[in-house]
Amino acid sequence: MSSDVRFTDFKTDKQPTWCPGCGDFGTMNGIMKGLAETGNSPDDTFVVAGIGCSGKIGTYLRSYALHGVHGRALPVGTGVKIANPDLEVVVAGGDGDGYSIGAGHFIHAVRRNIDITYVVMDNRIYGLTKGQASPTSRPDFETATTPEGPKQPPVNPLALALSAGGSFIAQSFSSNALRHQEIVQKAIEHDGFSIVNTFSPCVTFNDVDTYDYFRDSIVDLDEEDYDPTDREAAKEKILDADKEYIGVLWEDEDAVDYNTAHGVEGNMADIDESGAPEGATDLVREFY
Amino acid sequence: MHDDLNWAIGGEAGDGIDSTGKVFAQALSRAGRHVFTSKDFASRIRGGYTAYKVRTSVDKVQSVVDRLDVLIALTERTVEENMDELHDDSVIIYDGERTEFSDFEVPDGMVGLDIPLKSLAEDAGGALMRNVVALGAVCEVAAFPIGNLDESLQKRFGSKGEKIVENNKEAARLGADYVDEHYADDVGALDYELETTDNDYVLLNGDEAIGMGAIAAGCKFYAGYPITPATDVMTYLTGRIDEFGGHVVQAEDELSAINMALGAARAGARSMTATSGPGIDLMSETFGLVATSETPLVIADVMRSGPSTGMPTKQEQGDLNMLLYGGHGEIPRFVVAPTTVADCFHKTVEAFNLAEKYQTPVYIASDLAMAVTEETFAPEEFDMDDVEIDRGKVVDESEISAWQNEKDQFKPHAVTEDGVSPRAFPGTEGGVHMSTGLEHDELGRRTEDTDERIEQVDKRSRKVETAREQEDFSPVEYGDSDADTLVVSWGSNEGALVEALDFLEEDGVDVRVLSVPYIFPRPDLTEAVEDAETTVVVECNATGQFADVIEKDVLERVDRINKYNGVRFKADELAADIKEVIA
Repeated sequence: MSSDVRFTDFKTDKQPTWCPGCGDFGTMNGIMKGLAETGNSPDDTFVVAGIGCSGKIGTYLRSYALHGVHGRALPVGTGVKIANPDLEVVVAGGDGDGYSIGAGHFIHAVRRNIDITYVVMDNRIYGLTKGQASPTSRPDFETATTPEGPKQPPVNPLALALSAGGSFIAQSFSSNALRHQEIVQKAIEHDGFSIVNTFSPCVTFNDVDTYDYFRDSIVDLDEEDYDPTDREAAKEKILDADKEYIGVLWEDEDAVDYNTAHGVEGNMADIDESGAPEGATDLVREFY
Repeated sequence: MHDDLNWAIGGEAGDGIDSTGKVFAQALSRAGRHVFTSKDFASRIRGGYTAYKVRTSVDKVQSVVDRLDVLIALTERTVEENMDELHDDSVIIYDGERTEFSDFEVPDGMVGLDIPLKSLAEDAGGALMRNVVALGAVCEVAAFPIGNLDESLQKRFGSKGEKIVENNKEAARLGADYVDEHYADDVGALDYELETTDNDYVLLNGDEAIGMGAIAAGCKFYAGYPITPATDVMTYLTGRIDEFGGHVVQAEDELSAINMALGAARAGARSMTATSGPGIDLMSETFGLVATSETPLVIADVMRSGPSTGMPTKQEQGDLNMLLYGGHGEIPRFVVAPTTVADCFHKTVEAFNLAEKYQTPVYIASDLAMAVTEETFAPEEFDMDDVEIDRGKVVDESEISAWQNEKDQFKPHAVTEDGVSPRAFPGTEGGVHMSTGLEHDELGRRTEDTDERIEQVDKRSRKVETAREQEDFSPVEYGDSDADTLVVSWGSNEGALVEALDFLEEDGVDVRVLSVPYIFPRPDLTEAVEDAETTVVVECNATGQFADVIEKDVLERVDRINKYNGVRFKADELAADIKEVIA
């Protein structure tokens, strides 16, 4: 990896089509800067994007990338990272992609502790389909499909991750550029699965979870005497539904990542092109 | 007497039926005899009737027949279940000391061997070995040298210690001796003799052949979700693929499995997944993405009876339409259908080459009949030296500039004459690109431009046309090429059909058989159908899905032989069906 990589190297020549003021701009910039700061280059980075406004990131962030089907970005990222552990793999998606249609995959990616960074652009709304409730919407959030609100509690992704044995759990706010970049950077540096749930306001369809709301209510754990390796403290913060914490809530530095645990190390793209691999004939002998 | 012997052991699931059957099949194979096995089983862990059947001959056997010569019946129901296949000289081995056999009467004409299997097993060291006592008895009945069983018992129980192996050998001998002492005359009259030969054979099933083919082809990534009858592919690869630098992931569901496999393929690995019909339903979500992102991926569908949960442990070739047409939009694909257990190996190797040469998903349509059949082959049929690897248009750093635009951007979906674009693995300098399920331009970026849309759709379709020109998608021919009757089959029916030819020949009926292993693209059968007076398409489904396809291709009606009761075709039955169609 070259050391002279700048974050602008991670920009394509395409202008984002996100609404002006969309939180996704800041979320993406933090990812680009985090990648550059950790010494990665576009050639060695693989970004997987889901479906929704967030899914457009692959078009604007320059790297090897796949923009997949709705909700399945994490399995794709898992396959990439196992096939080539040398690649830096970042999966980016929205709250619908990750916590609704893809919720099952989220839990299992956490359990596997595969060394990828998962940045969720959480705007608590379905934006691309023009404003329906998302799994992180408030119970009384009125939309065209939930005229009286969903009347069900929002998903707590951080709690899901903790209960599934997550090894790095963080929350961030797209508008706090430096802080967001710093959190993403830590997530990239973590050896294992890291989730960064990023408040990424939708300025068009969500008039509740706005920039002003987050600015007023966010509590930065860096401003408290907080130890992210203290599991009891992490539990308390993560289950505290009344506060919008940002920062690294939980990190288990001893957790062993999937590839290490399974002895996966080589680049699987390299195969013997002259024929069957050496030793293949032994496979036939087994059947005698 | 027949040249072949049809043997079975049946009882309740949990009675060790499979492992006993496998021990005997292996003993026969190691003694240089051909073996073809089948299973009757239910989808439950314990309870319910289950049987393992072995057909053996010194000649190649590749089908089951409607005849059972020797049956070990651990339960009375086993006899009832097999009444249609038992005949006047059939031998039934049972344990009359079991209460459920207290009122059992050996059907008229058959030879009943009442052997105290459990008591003799206890004499040898434990009641668990009663099946082995029965195997010893079978050796005596069929004049099969019992020493051949020893090796097989060693292989099966070796890991449990020498004592266990010796006890089992003793159990087998007690069974053989009991027959010799009490039934020598009955058995002598049957005049069986299972000759041994010096031939070396390997014994394996279709799922194992797919797994071995994958490793041979350089596959290093497998993600799957357990499902009958595809699980054995995953079980086979687990541990073994690691020896070759690969890895198996058990995913949380089939949606995840195919997406993991897709991710690994994007990273440059030869990658696959295997499932059965219900899993194909889920994977269809991602199938279009695989194709439109032009990712090489091999997906094996080991078909079972549907729809929905259907009959999970029963045979059917019901997924053909799904494999040919499944997924929204128009999706270029390849569908290959191995015709024998050995062909499962070859078609899997070929599938990986097709997938990478044309950067397209490839379905392998296998089925339960092959997945649960252990069949003998000469080891040369799996000659690793014959395996060829073709990775297609993979470009490295030195070649990348030829495929960049004026802004040095790589074109993963470059429009080319043969439709195939260059492929740069992640990590390749200068090859950075995205790909997407959205319609895209040459760079892989979203487009709704009408010209670009047409260019990309045509380019993807052109890959299939290129393959038609460059690849050999011929059917396999058997029988009399000048016959008036043409029998067309696809997939696993080949063996039964080839053996049916012998029955038909005895009756003076000539037929031409075309066994088709390529469903899409497929051979053009127009001339063959036009040349024939009667064309009949044989397949294990109710509606004749392949027959529909042939009719569409050749614009002519064909006759159909369909079987959808959950049981594979049998050679003798198929011969009768064909005669009926001709008549």
